[in-house]
Formats: sequence, C-alpha cells, structure tokens
Amino acid sequence: MYLPILILAFYSFNASRFSATWEGFSLRWYSTLFNDSRIFAALQDSLAVAICAVGVSAVLGTLMAVGLARYRFWGKGLYRGVSYLPLIIPDIAIAVATLVFLASFAIPLSLWTIVASHIVFCLAYVAVVVSTRLSGLNPHLEEAALDLGATPTQAFLKVLLPELMPAIVSGCLLAFVLSMDDLLISSFTAGGGANTLPMEIFSRVRTGVKPDINALSVVLILGSGVLAFVAEYIRYRGDQRRSV
Amino acid sequence: MSTSTPTPSVVPAKTSPGWQRKLSHLLGPLALLGPPGVWLLLLLVVPTLLILQLSFVPGIRPGQPMDGFGLGNYLNIFQPIYLQVIWRSVFFALGSTVLTLLLGFPVAYWIALMAPKRWQNLLLVGFILPLWTSSLLRAYAWITILRPTGVLNSFLSTLGLPTLDLLNRSGAVFIGMSYSFLPYMVLVLYASLEKLDRRLLEAAADLGASAPQTFWKVTVPQTLPGIAAGCLLVFIASLGDFVVPELLGGASSMTVSRLIYNQFLGATRNWGLGSSLSMVLILAVSISIALLIRYGDRDPESFS
Repeated sequence: MYLPILILAFYSFNASRFSATWEGFSLRWYSTLFNDSRIFAALQDSLAVAICAVGVSAVLGTLMAVGLARYRFWGKGLYRGVSYLPLIIPDIAIAVATLVFLASFAIPLSLWTIVASHIVFCLAYVAVVVSTRLSGLNPHLEEAALDLGATPTQAFLKVLLPELMPAIVSGCLLAFVLSMDDLLISSFTAGGGANTLPMEIFSRVRTGVKPDINALSVVLILGSGVLAFVAEYIRYRGDQRRSV
Repeated sequence: MSTSTPTPSVVPAKTSPGWQRKLSHLLGPLALLGPPGVWLLLLLVVPTLLILQLSFVPGIRPGQPMDGFGLGNYLNIFQPIYLQVIWRSVFFALGSTVLTLLLGFPVAYWIALMAPKRWQNLLLVGFILPLWTSSLLRAYAWITILRPTGVLNSFLSTLGLPTLDLLNRSGAVFIGMSYSFLPYMVLVLYASLEKLDRRLLEAAADLGASAPQTFWKVTVPQTLPGIAAGCLLVFIASLGDFVVPELLGGASSMTVSRLIYNQFLGATRNWGLGSSLSMVLILAVSISIALLIRYGDRDPESFS
C-alpha cells in the first residue's frame, strides 16, 4: 500500500529531471517548489475553501444529525435519503449538476461557489460521523439536564455538544481532507477566478511526470499524515472513554 | 423520567394557547433541520432535477435557452461509440471490483482472524491511512512507476526481463483503481469478518470439515453481506472515478465520467448529452445501492 507513495517520495530527492535514473541526492525540487508562487496561490485557495466549507458544515452537519436522531416527522425517510446522496452519487454528476444550476441562475463562478458546493458533501460526511456517535450515546443524560431545569439550549450546549465533540472533530477532519482532495467539483464550480491545489496539480501532471510535483506530494502527504494521526488519536480516545 | 422523547416543551401547557405550543414543537425541528435541508435542496436536489430537465433538451449548448423536449440525448447514447464507452466503464469497474476482492479478502481475513488481537486496530489503520492522502497524487505515483522509462521497467531491465508497456492502457487503469479502492474493500470485509462467530469454524473443524470446506461452507456464506457491500462500494466508486482513467488510461480508455467532463469542460460541448449521461450514471449507481439495501448489509454505515 505504501510502496507507490514511498517511490514518489524517493524520487523527489533525485537530481535528474527525467526521474527514471538516480543521479544523486538533491533538494533542488524542493527549492523550485517553495519558489513557485502559483502553487502557493493554489494552496491558499484550497485552504480557504476547505476551512470555510468545513466550518459551515460542522454546524449544519451536527444540527442535521441531532435533528434526524431526535424528531419524527413526515418525509423523514426522504430527508435522510437526500442527506446520504452526496456520499453515493459520483462526484462528476454532482459537479455537472451544480454547474448547470449556477449557470441557469446566472450566478458568477468564484471561490464562493466552490465553497457552497463543497459544503454539500462536507455536511453529509460530518452528519454521518456525528450520527454514528449519537446512536451510541445515552439519551437520558439530556433528559436529566432538562429535568433538572436546564433550558433546551443549555442542555444542548452543555451536555450534548461536549459528548459529540470527538465525533464532530473527526467528521470535520474527514471533510477537510476530502475538500482538499476534491478535483471535479472544484473544476466545475471555479470558473476563471479560482484555482485550487488539486486543479493546479492536475493540470501539471496531465502532461507527464514533474519532479517538483513529487516534492509537493511529499509535503502534502506529511501534512495529511499529521491530520490522519490526529483523527485516529481522537477516535481512539473517544472509543476508550466510551468503553469505560 | 417524565417523557421518553425529549421534546423541548418548557412552555407551560395551561397558560399558553394551543397554537403557540404547536409552534414551539415545530420550532425545534425547523431550527435543527431547516438550514441543512435548504442547503441540500438548493445545491443538490434542484441541480439534479435541472440536469434531468436538461437531459431532455436535445443538443443544448451553454448559453442557449431550454427549448423543446425530446429523448434525443438518450437515443444519442445508444450510438456504438458511446455504448462502447459505457461498456468500458462497466468493465473497468467490474474488473477493479474483482481485483480488490481477490486482494482484499486475504488481507481482511488475516487481520480479523489470524493477526494478534492487539495489533488488529493498528494494522487496519495502517491499511486505511493512504486514504487520507490525495487520490490525485496516489494516481500520479503510478505514472512514475508504470511509464515506459519508469521504476517498474528499470527494475525489470536490471533483472534482464523484457519491459512492459502498461501506461495509457487498460492495465494501468485496473492497477490504479484497485490501488485506490482497496482500503474500502478491506475495511468493509474486516467489519464483516470480525463479527464472524469463531465457534462455528471450530464446530466445522470438529465435525471433520477440511480447511477449504470450512472456508467455502461457513466463512464465505457468513460474510456474504459484507462481500456484497464491499463489492458494490468499490464498483460504485470506480464507475464514477475520473482521476485514474484520466491520468493512467490515456486516450484509448475513455470512460463515462471522462465523457461527461468533456461535454461540459472539454472541446466538444454538448450539455444535453452530458446531462443524459450523468442521469444514466446516477441511475446505475442508484440501482447498485438498491441492490445493496435489498441483499446486502442493512447497515447504512457501511456506505461511509
């Protein structure tokens, strides 16, 4: 599983431009990379999109998960079904639909249209992770708070929310990684105004192997490795606390 | 405990009129489910309905008004050239599914039943960790390996073996897709194998079944829902995949998702055809999901 990633990393230190043969250790591609303003601009766009989208999705996704767990209403099955759709429908179909939607209402494409479309799937992932945690919670805790005179808002903020926090955080991390990774939905909703990191990488590697992209991969993989570690650690802690 | 369902009914019943109580009952669900619902409606449901509508407008191009109604776009799909693309996508998806099953089952089996208990979690995490890295970069890594002057061929030629020309062919797509989606398969199969009742295996062995007999008659039937879920998950993911066929497949392996992409962002723009292809893709995925719910694991978490 790790071999391709390791090979990628290995060749990022290769001095040769045509990286089939090893021509000695060099940090040349890293310096090229760090002087590449396009990459940095793209990284900035990607981070802006991911942070905004995840921030909104954290709130909306949690509300949705709690709402779906708590209330019974007409059309609930349909609502739940729609909330699963972004996880199931292929990216390309969502991307196309969003583009057509934006075009038919003459909404100009920009960074914000990317954010809006990323919220759709981030929201769904956060909701799924939080729902899983909710189903394992003790429902009487919140009732007890209500019985002891807390207002529903207090009970939600002081009892339920802290219990859900590990799930919200790991849902957000997952959504963040997916948002940073998304190529298709961004490409379709970006227009000329914005350029995310996957879009930049895609347009470069399409024409072949680029050693500076290898270097970029190493940096990104280290970054996502740290995120993955944090997420797994939170999950591990959450599991332990639950089993106590 | 006064109520079994914690409804936010702090309004005293006697002093407030009925409609107000009703309102406060509605307020909770509305506040929680309203905003995400509106968002999904606006940016998911309405757009999907729009491309459904668009798919019935023949030969529409960007900027044109939606005039006319016809099945032209759908009939267009039945041209041999597009049918071939659809068939190839299904072929890639099926092949990758079979490959991940063949590769993933032994791994999941080993982690779930044979590895030491305290290593299980770590092994599993190790296996799904690559999912956290960019799918684009994981596909790109295979270009480095498979291209004619790549790692694999340098390795083969140092061994004195003939080199392989894999990149930009179907083989590379199979490799890339299986590599991308193997973690999902392992994850789902592991969840299923872990629940397997080991006493059944022991009972089978005690009753004189050979190891292969136990495997085929006890293990496989017991984990069939998991196998179905894993296969459909990988099938759906690879059917809609764009990055792997685009980067590794070359011009000869056009798939449905690449075709749709071209109808909207590429040189040949035909929104009507693109929309109808999207609807076909959504339909195919929906059918797979329906099959999964009908015959597979009834656990909605297995989607995620």
